[in-house]
Amino acid sequence: MIIYGLAILSFSFITGQWLGELLGKLMGINSNVGGVGFAMLILMLLKEVFERKGWWKAEMILGIDFWNKMYIPVVIAMAASLNIKSAISSGNLAILVGILPVILGFAFFPFLMKTFKH
Amino acid sequence: MEELLKVIDKNALIVGFLVVGILAFLSDQFSKKFLNSRIPGSAIAIFLGLVLGYIGGVFTDGSKGIADIEIFKGVGILGGSMFRDFAIVATAMGASFLLVKKSGILGLVSLLFGILIFFVSGVAIAWIWGYRDAVSLCTIGAGACTYIVGPVTGAALGASSEVIALSIAAGVVKTIAVTIFTPILAKKIGLESPGSAMAYGGIMGTSSGVAAGLAATDPKLVPYGAVTATFYTGVGCLLCPSLFYYILTLFS
Repeated sequence: MIIYGLAILSFSFITGQWLGELLGKLMGINSNVGGVGFAMLILMLLKEVFERKGWWKAEMILGIDFWNKMYIPVVIAMAASLNIKSAISSGNLAILVGILPVILGFAFFPFLMKTFKH
Repeated sequence: MEELLKVIDKNALIVGFLVVGILAFLSDQFSKKFLNSRIPGSAIAIFLGLVLGYIGGVFTDGSKGIADIEIFKGVGILGGSMFRDFAIVATAMGASFLLVKKSGILGLVSLLFGILIFFVSGVAIAWIWGYRDAVSLCTIGAGACTYIVGPVTGAALGASSEVIALSIAAGVVKTIAVTIFTPILAKKIGLESPGSAMAYGGIMGTSSGVAAGLAATDPKLVPYGAVTATFYTGVGCLLCPSLFYYILTLFS
C-alpha cells in the first residue's frame, strides 16, 4: 500500500521535527535545531530495518519516492516565492555580505577536503 | 472568466502544481533544443523561478515573490517550508545511512568552519562599511549565515529593524548565490561524492540554497548535502547571539 510508505515518511518527519524543537528548547533558543536532519536520519534507519526484515516492498516505496521525486518541483516553487526583489534592492552591503562569504566558502572547500583526506 | 478565477482561487495548491509543471516543461525543452542539455533543465527552471520571484516582488511589493500575485498563491504553498522540508526528508530514501555515518565527523567539522567563515567575513564587511556597535555587527554577521539566523540573532540582541531587514536580505542573497554558483563550480571544487556533499552542506549551510544548488548539479547528492545543512541554521542560532556576540563585545 502506497499509504504505508507515505505514513512512514510522515512519521519520520513529525518525530524528527519534534526532536528538533526539543533540542532547540534544551539549548534555550527559539528555533528548531536540525529537525529535518533528524527526520532524514530516522527515515534512513527505518529503511535499513525494514529492508533487513523484508518489509520494504515496492508498493510502499512508491509513497516515499513520489515525494523524493517532487523535490525539484518544490525547490522551483520555493525559488519563485523568495523575496528576491527586496534582497537585490536593499543595497550594496546586503549583496556584498550575501556573496563575498559564499566565494570564501567555495575557496575554502577544496582545502578542507584535502586536509581531511590526510 | 469569473468562473475560472473562482476555480483557481479555490484550488490554489493544484494550480501551483500546474504552474510549476509548465515551468519545468518549458525549461526542459529550452535546455534540449538550445543548449544541447549542457545546462540541466532543472537548473534553468530553478533560475527561472528566481526570476519569477523577482517579477512578483516588482508587481506586488510583497515579500513572497510570485506567490503574492493572487492566482499564483499556490506556488507559495508548494514552495513553503512544509512541502520543502517534507520533500527534503523524502530524499533521504536514496541515501545510505552507512555513508552518512562514515562522513559524520567531516560533516560536523565543516559545519563549524562554515558558520565561522560566514559569520567572521560578514562581520568584517559590515565593519569596513562603517558599523562599529557589537549588536549590529553580530546581526549582520548572523545574516551572512542564513536569513533565519540573522533575524533570530537581531531580535535576541535588540538590533534596529533596519539592521534586521539588512540581515534577512543578505541571507536571501546568499541563498541565491549558492543556488547559482553550486552547479557552475561543483566540478572545479571536487563536489562529486556523498562525503564531499556532506562537507559542502556544512560549509554553505543555507539548506534552501544547498538543496537547490545540488539538485541542479546532481540530484543523487541532495540528501547528503541536506542532512548537514539542516543543522546549520540551528547551530547558527545557538552560537551567534551568545558566544559570538560575547567575543564581539570584547573587541568593540
